[in-house]
Amino acid sequence: MSNYRVHGATGEWEVVIGLEVHAQVTSNAKLFSGASTAFGAEPNSQVSLIDAAMPGMLPVPNRECIRQAVRTGMAIEAQINSWSRFDRKNYFYADLPQGYQISQLYHPLVGEGQLVIEADEKAGIPEDKVIRIERIHVEQDAGKLMHDQHPTMSYVDLNRTGVALMEIVSRPDMTSPAEAGAYIRKLRAILRYVGSCDGNMEEGSMRADVNVSVRKVGDTELGTRTETKNVNSVRFVMQAIEHEVQRQIDVIEDGGTVVQETRLFDPNTGTTRSMRSKEDAHDYRYFPDPDLLPLVLHEDFLEDCRKSLPELPDAKRARYENELGLTPYNARELTAEVETFARFETLLAATAKGIGKPEKEVATQVANWSLSVAPGVIKALGDEGDPANATAERQAAILDMQAKGEISGGQAKEIFEIVLKEGREPAEIAESEGLKQVSDTGAIEAAVDEILANNQDKVEQYRGGKDKLFGFFVGQTMKAMQGKANPAVVNDILKDKLQ
Amino acid sequence: MTDFTTLGIKAIRDGVAAGDFTAREVAEAHNEAVSAASELNAFIVTTPDHALAAADRVDAARAAGEELGPMAGVPIGMKDLFATNGVQSTAASHILEGFTPPYESTVSQKLWDAGAGMLGKLNMDQFAMGSSNETSHFGAVKSPWRKEGSNAALTPGGSSGGSSAAVAARLCPAATGTDTGGSIRQPAAITGITGIKPTYGRCSRWGIVAFASSLDQAGPMARNVEDCAIMLGAMAGFDPKDSTSLDAPVPDWAASLDANLEGKTVGIPREYRMDGMDAEIEASWEQGKEWLRDAGAKVVDVSLPHTKYALPAYYIIAPAEASSNLARYDGVRYGLRDLPEGAGLQDMYAATRSAGFGDEVKRRILIGTYVLSAGFYDAYYTQAQKVRTLVQKDFTDAFGEVDVILAPTTPNAAFALGEMSDDPLAMYLNDVFSVPASLAGLPAMSVPATLNKDGLPLGLQLVGKPMDEQGVLNAGLAIEQRAGFTAQPEKWW
Repeated sequence: MSNYRVHGATGEWEVVIGLEVHAQVTSNAKLFSGASTAFGAEPNSQVSLIDAAMPGMLPVPNRECIRQAVRTGMAIEAQINSWSRFDRKNYFYADLPQGYQISQLYHPLVGEGQLVIEADEKAGIPEDKVIRIERIHVEQDAGKLMHDQHPTMSYVDLNRTGVALMEIVSRPDMTSPAEAGAYIRKLRAILRYVGSCDGNMEEGSMRADVNVSVRKVGDTELGTRTETKNVNSVRFVMQAIEHEVQRQIDVIEDGGTVVQETRLFDPNTGTTRSMRSKEDAHDYRYFPDPDLLPLVLHEDFLEDCRKSLPELPDAKRARYENELGLTPYNARELTAEVETFARFETLLAATAKGIGKPEKEVATQVANWSLSVAPGVIKALGDEGDPANATAERQAAILDMQAKGEISGGQAKEIFEIVLKEGREPAEIAESEGLKQVSDTGAIEAAVDEILANNQDKVEQYRGGKDKLFGFFVGQTMKAMQGKANPAVVNDILKDKLQ
Repeated sequence: MTDFTTLGIKAIRDGVAAGDFTAREVAEAHNEAVSAASELNAFIVTTPDHALAAADRVDAARAAGEELGPMAGVPIGMKDLFATNGVQSTAASHILEGFTPPYESTVSQKLWDAGAGMLGKLNMDQFAMGSSNETSHFGAVKSPWRKEGSNAALTPGGSSGGSSAAVAARLCPAATGTDTGGSIRQPAAITGITGIKPTYGRCSRWGIVAFASSLDQAGPMARNVEDCAIMLGAMAGFDPKDSTSLDAPVPDWAASLDANLEGKTVGIPREYRMDGMDAEIEASWEQGKEWLRDAGAKVVDVSLPHTKYALPAYYIIAPAEASSNLARYDGVRYGLRDLPEGAGLQDMYAATRSAGFGDEVKRRILIGTYVLSAGFYDAYYTQAQKVRTLVQKDFTDAFGEVDVILAPTTPNAAFALGEMSDDPLAMYLNDVFSVPASLAGLPAMSVPATLNKDGLPLGLQLVGKPMDEQGVLNAGLAIEQRAGFTAQPEKWW
């Protein structure tokens, strides 16, 4: 249970949050027409006769969109309804050519499911928490109005009209802005793992309607909620909640009542404002769409969806910890984004193969490289380097040399720098740039002997119990070897000779 | 010389194929008949060039020895509910006046592919809402029929009234119709022609302006059963663009026509015998039974207990769907736009739809909006859907005992234009015998039976099992052969 509390003038308040996330389904074609769904095309260039609601046009469901929604449902462990139906939601607006949105009110495709948000002490989430998901239904997106093209007229772009959306409706299980943020991040990760939505909130492929109410700590009745529409980033969702919570508390403490209404979030001010109240809410006159038959899913289709599911974030994280022996922190970081784990897993496989050891034995080295060493070098180089040069094979070659003691950690970084800048092969760089460490005991012994001879006094002190001087001898040796000596070998020889 | 306008589909097709005459001659004769009949107001636009071009293609194909389609050389009328590429398609409304679709409906395309040509777009009740053709924005169609001793203009029925008038007046050998609650059968009956509404889903709805999606079906209107069978064969077939289309093979109905009904049982629905029923309608029904017995069928009474609820349920479901289907006519993308000075979006909607829709369309949008509203939905729409299920079950039960059902098509013969236009409820009652088969999605046809004492045609209706158009056509043929209906309106136009 979150301990998020807001102090008001009259006491402590707690918050109840539910989210309806609209996620654009990844597919080449729209939900009921063959038109393309690519983002950023010329206005009205991706509009079929069906999308424009020409007379006599009829919708035909796109199998791929249904498949993606079913896979998403499976990924949140939800009940998949093998019988579902499309309903019409009727209202007039210029971005809605049919005069109704085809949606699913009465019989959604996906029923009850859940996801887990992870404990995050700093964010005030003391332990893992299950957030229940009420349903996922499939529906058409609307077009876009453009108000800045003409002084007195609005223009309509129907490219987005009819694109498939999943509406993912949570239970009001979240009790702090941080939990809501964690929920969206987790949901986004699952959608991206599954590949059913690109999760791109800036382009509007994912947006949330935020339902918020407040109540006094200890109250069991829910307060009146407001719904803030179309919030399009995690940060904005959290801001909108914070603002709504404070606003509602102020209203109530000033003796007023919260009005059940739809509100809009203004990202510039971080505040919300009223859009319409319940009194002038639409009567959407939902009824089953008579142009479409009920959607019946056969077992082989469901089986196909099930089989196509990838390893999901929770399972992957557990495997990284339990099988690869990574720290919880590393496991979480590496599994947060699809790109991150994909890079990690490719590099891990290449490194294990190169070194000839099981993945488990090189995982920690590869994880550290992937999470801190490599990103650090890439960041430091900035525009000077081209990350495209950093292929898995090249990075694996560097890690291989390092594991075999042929190069030091510092040399690994230097070689990686050159790889990024010039796209050359690591082995060749190590050779031609002299970036290899010396493991030749003869050369090191000679250097050590000379240093010990020149520092008799310190040798005496060391032998007399001043252990700290060991570092001095290492430093001197490395210096003499121009930093290219294998530190492990240096240590061994020094220990031997100082005895 | 042959008067080509007296010929039906089969006669024209076979004559063209045999080289007795050319398709062009046939098209020219019909183009002339159409242009000479403007007083009937059966066409909204005429397309003589379309008919001629199609005819020329057929003549050329024949000359080249190519195989000809089942409708080759037949010029037809196209109800204005069908979208026709490059030809104005209005659903007889003001809101779509001037609208020229850049696409062709599946059904009309299939007809052109079968060798037919188009004489023009036929007038109809606006958005197919009406039973008299008086709701057309382009004025009512006048029936070619008149009562004996009267010059009063009569209705050709509706909504496919342009189709029925044109076929009855020999302006075209056949026409397309659409039937939502009786819009093929009722006008066919009262103009003395033949028309069949197939099983729901037989003909694609793609490109047909939607009235009530769960009920709308296209079908042929012609002057005999065989012609209907030929044309229906050309119109029907699975269409992946219509999710409600039937994915089933289309039988060769024309080739399988058989008027011998031995071994068949015909059901007479008890509940269709209503108090105050027109005596002549009742007599023609009795006559129909005799004809079917004569063809070898056994005739028995059946019960369709929920018949009396069918009409009210229909007048909830159809307007509900229509209120939503017609929302797209909003002035934003095509068709009429009425944008008063300084108006906003809501004002534009109101002005456009007020000006663009006729009274009957508005009435049905209002009814439909009301029955779908929060608080009324369960009492009206849900209840009507339950009734629909019961009506369907009535038929399923009856078809456990009988092969086909015989009933009157309409409760009355043609009435005068203006006679009922102020009384929507009386008008709605015209559909009382046709609506149950629509709610059940069953194939149903009307065949001419006789003339009443005023010299006006009366039709008989046959309703069949789902997908059994053949049984309906066969029983229709048995009646046609015995009725010997040859009456046709005397030309006054």
